Amino acid sequence: MAGVHVSTTVNGDPAEFVCDPDEPLLDVLRNRLGLTGAKEGCGTGDCGACSVTVDGELVCSCLVLGAEVEGRKIETIEGMADGDKLHPLQRKFIEHAALQCGICTPGFLIAARALLKKNANPTEEEIRFGLAGNLCRCTGYDKIVRAVQDAAREMRGA
Amino acid sequence: MAYDTNFTGQKFKVVGTRPLRPDGLDKVTGRARYGADVSAPGQLVGRVLRSPHAHAKIVKIDTSKAEKLPGVKAVITSADLPDLTNGDAGMYDILVNCMARGKALYDGHAVAAVAAVDAATARKALKLINVEYKILPHVTDVDEAVKPGAPVLHSKMFTDGVEPKPTKASNVAKRTEFGHGDVEKGFKEADVIVERSFKTEQTHQGYIEPHACLANLGSDGQGEMWVCTQGHFVYRNTCATLLGLDAAKLRVTASEIGGGFGGKTHVWAEPLALALSRKANRPVKLVMTRDEVFKASGPTSSTSIDVKIGATKDGRITAATATLRYQGGPFLGMWAELGAMTSYACYDLKNVKTVGYEVVVNRPKVAAYRAPSAPMAAFAVESVVDELAHKIGMDAVAFRIKNAAKEGTKSSYGPTYGPIGIGPTLEAAKNHPHMKAPLKKNQGRGMACGFWFNFGGQTSTSLNVTPDGSVNVSVGTIDVGGSRASMALIAAEELGVPYENVRCVVADTSSLGHNDMSDGSRVTFSSGMNTVIAARNAKKVLIQRAAKMWDIPEEAVTWEDGHAKPAGANAGNFPPLSLKEIAAAAGNTGGPIAGHNEFVADGAGVSFATHICDVELDPETGATKIIRYTVIQDAGKAIHPSYVEGQYQGGAAQGIGWALNEEYVYGKDGRLQNAGYLDYRIPVCSDLPMIDTVILEIPNPNHPYGVRGVGETSIVPPLAAIANAVSNAAGVRMTHIPMSPPRILKALDDQAKTKAKAA
Repeated sequence: MAGVHVSTTVNGDPAEFVCDPDEPLLDVLRNRLGLTGAKEGCGTGDCGACSVTVDGELVCSCLVLGAEVEGRKIETIEGMADGDKLHPLQRKFIEHAALQCGICTPGFLIAARALLKKNANPTEEEIRFGLAGNLCRCTGYDKIVRAVQDAAREMRGA
Repeated sequence: MAYDTNFTGQKFKVVGTRPLRPDGLDKVTGRARYGADVSAPGQLVGRVLRSPHAHAKIVKIDTSKAEKLPGVKAVITSADLPDLTNGDAGMYDILVNCMARGKALYDGHAVAAVAAVDAATARKALKLINVEYKILPHVTDVDEAVKPGAPVLHSKMFTDGVEPKPTKASNVAKRTEFGHGDVEKGFKEADVIVERSFKTEQTHQGYIEPHACLANLGSDGQGEMWVCTQGHFVYRNTCATLLGLDAAKLRVTASEIGGGFGGKTHVWAEPLALALSRKANRPVKLVMTRDEVFKASGPTSSTSIDVKIGATKDGRITAATATLRYQGGPFLGMWAELGAMTSYACYDLKNVKTVGYEVVVNRPKVAAYRAPSAPMAAFAVESVVDELAHKIGMDAVAFRIKNAAKEGTKSSYGPTYGPIGIGPTLEAAKNHPHMKAPLKKNQGRGMACGFWFNFGGQTSTSLNVTPDGSVNVSVGTIDVGGSRASMALIAAEELGVPYENVRCVVADTSSLGHNDMSDGSRVTFSSGMNTVIAARNAKKVLIQRAAKMWDIPEEAVTWEDGHAKPAGANAGNFPPLSLKEIAAAAGNTGGPIAGHNEFVADGAGVSFATHICDVELDPETGATKIIRYTVIQDAGKAIHPSYVEGQYQGGAAQGIGWALNEEYVYGKDGRLQNAGYLDYRIPVCSDLPMIDTVILEIPNPNHPYGVRGVGETSIVPPLAAIANAVSNAAGVRMTHIPMSPPRILKALDDQAKTKAKAA
């Protein structure tokens, strides 16, 4: 299979890779770019553990082809903190014990950031539906919702 | 309520606080390394070929075409895994499950595996393996499997535990019985008897991380494995046995684990990865797909349970029986036995008898799932308890309080209880505002109790004081829910140093003695107790060193607030020496300072919970929404309350999924129809409300801090609590889990027809 050459931006840095035409972006990130923060929980877009943004849009990276991201901007969990300064969502997830095993956490954080960008002051119901594409089997979501509420409050300066 | 939560007389300084977990930063930044996140130079990709048939004789496997495909480095079948189990029947079942031997026993059973230079080549190679099957009749339903004339899986399976031993092979592997008293006499004393049959469908633990390992084994019999597991020592031992290695020569390092809930207590494809690596002489990374996880790793049993309970009009249970049939997949399990043991553990009964039947079917090998077997038994028993209370006109909580087990009760499964929490959780439920909150139309409330044994087991722990006075704790128990934070809290408490000065790591199998798995809610109990002992041993060394530094006898030194102090005025007038000062001088006083302990952690404290649940039923669609949920559970002592709450909430959420929606659906062809998260739908964020928790602390007298296990009990009451709530909302008793919309609509429909007939 002839490889596809792709130039893109990952977490603000230029990145280039050659991938198979049928290779998911998730595999490119994990196997070619060494960014293993996005996880494969299902490979069928049902669990959200591979969530990243492409040009600001939340996607399951297992459902996007590597070949599709030519010239686009990809944001992954590895780019969420600003140097040694955690994003408020990251900090609140730790403070609220909103993770147990942590495998779903990168996906939740990316999805929650995308949600708060669209809606800075979501209700509990809006948070629950906004994060319904991400599966967590450990927490029962209670502490995740509280962490997002608290982060949203802080980010609004409320 | 007046419970002696400080029965040791100890006032805790850091235990019971809620510091940040040490693995938090890695997990929110994507740095934490899970099973599939590590690679080795020159690694190959391992893939497994699986049977598409529920039950089939393997006539012939031809791997020659696959072997010739460029890029394929190894192909294995059962011929590459000779039977080295030496008569150990349990180990032989594990071997058979890893790779079918002569017969495929379920849809998804491994029949061959390949290692190739990349995933595409490996997939192509699987297609080139030619397996000739002779399809056999199959059975997947637990009740069908025990009927005369059902297809028999094993021609040499003669039911164990029955006298005289049957001479005809069947799918009933074993019978077990528990109880005491005379149930026939007890039923005669009853004013009211309720008898019902129940079914529960098969569910999967549903951990988000698929099984993954990186295996590296040489022809010299030395190897390493990186793997997501709940027990790297047990994985090492099992893999070593199956592959004919010395356990000491296989070093297993546990990755971060992306959920397990019992499903990662068993080996699945790990021995195959090692065998491929040995054959190819290269590292092999093997990661299961989600489809494979569902089809070929650890679901829980589907069950069929009959319950009969009798009580007097004033609310005293006079007799109780249960007959429980649990399928274990194609192998003998202990699942019905655990169901039979736990069924009536919440109650103080004069006459009780439970009988368990282990049934084999053409489904995947069953693995433990969080308090394995207890939720189904609790569903059946607590449903009948509720109905009985209703029939004699008693409040459901009051009826349970009247019959609850207490200290001194002989349990239905044998032992006599010490101090236990069932009574207190029921009292807390009675007084909880949730019980008094008003309900609206189509809403119903239910409650139920649950029990789990908890476990101790073999444990080895090391605590090392570094030269700068910070402290390392090395445990051999996998951290599945924040236990590294708990161990650091415990070490800090014992040594009198700040939590931040302690780092706990999960050591590899070459660094510690054998540790049993992270199962049975045992980690904070066993590794916690071991950390206490290791820290106290280190304190003895610290005291010896201080004595040496002061040149006084060590009996004249005491340890207080992280400092060595002279024990009294006669010992001499020395300013206290901090742990840091003693550590800094260690090179001149006898060398490194450490404390260790190896033991079998006996005395795990049994655990009880009571859950309250409100549901709203849509009579048009049969859909059920959980609108309020409260978990009340005894923790013994909560070391890190946030992670205790997390266990309560997580177990409840899994129970909600099980009660309302999750189910393995098999076609007539014996194939699993819903091996993916789209069709096997676990609860998502919008399905659930906040889950309220109440932590009670009735100390376990066998642990220095009073700790009981907390991880599993929370999944025991939900099936029953939700079934009681739905039954109350629907006005009809629900007897089949999950209570999915079609089942609820059918129950409502049947009830309407019965009413119409009566009118």
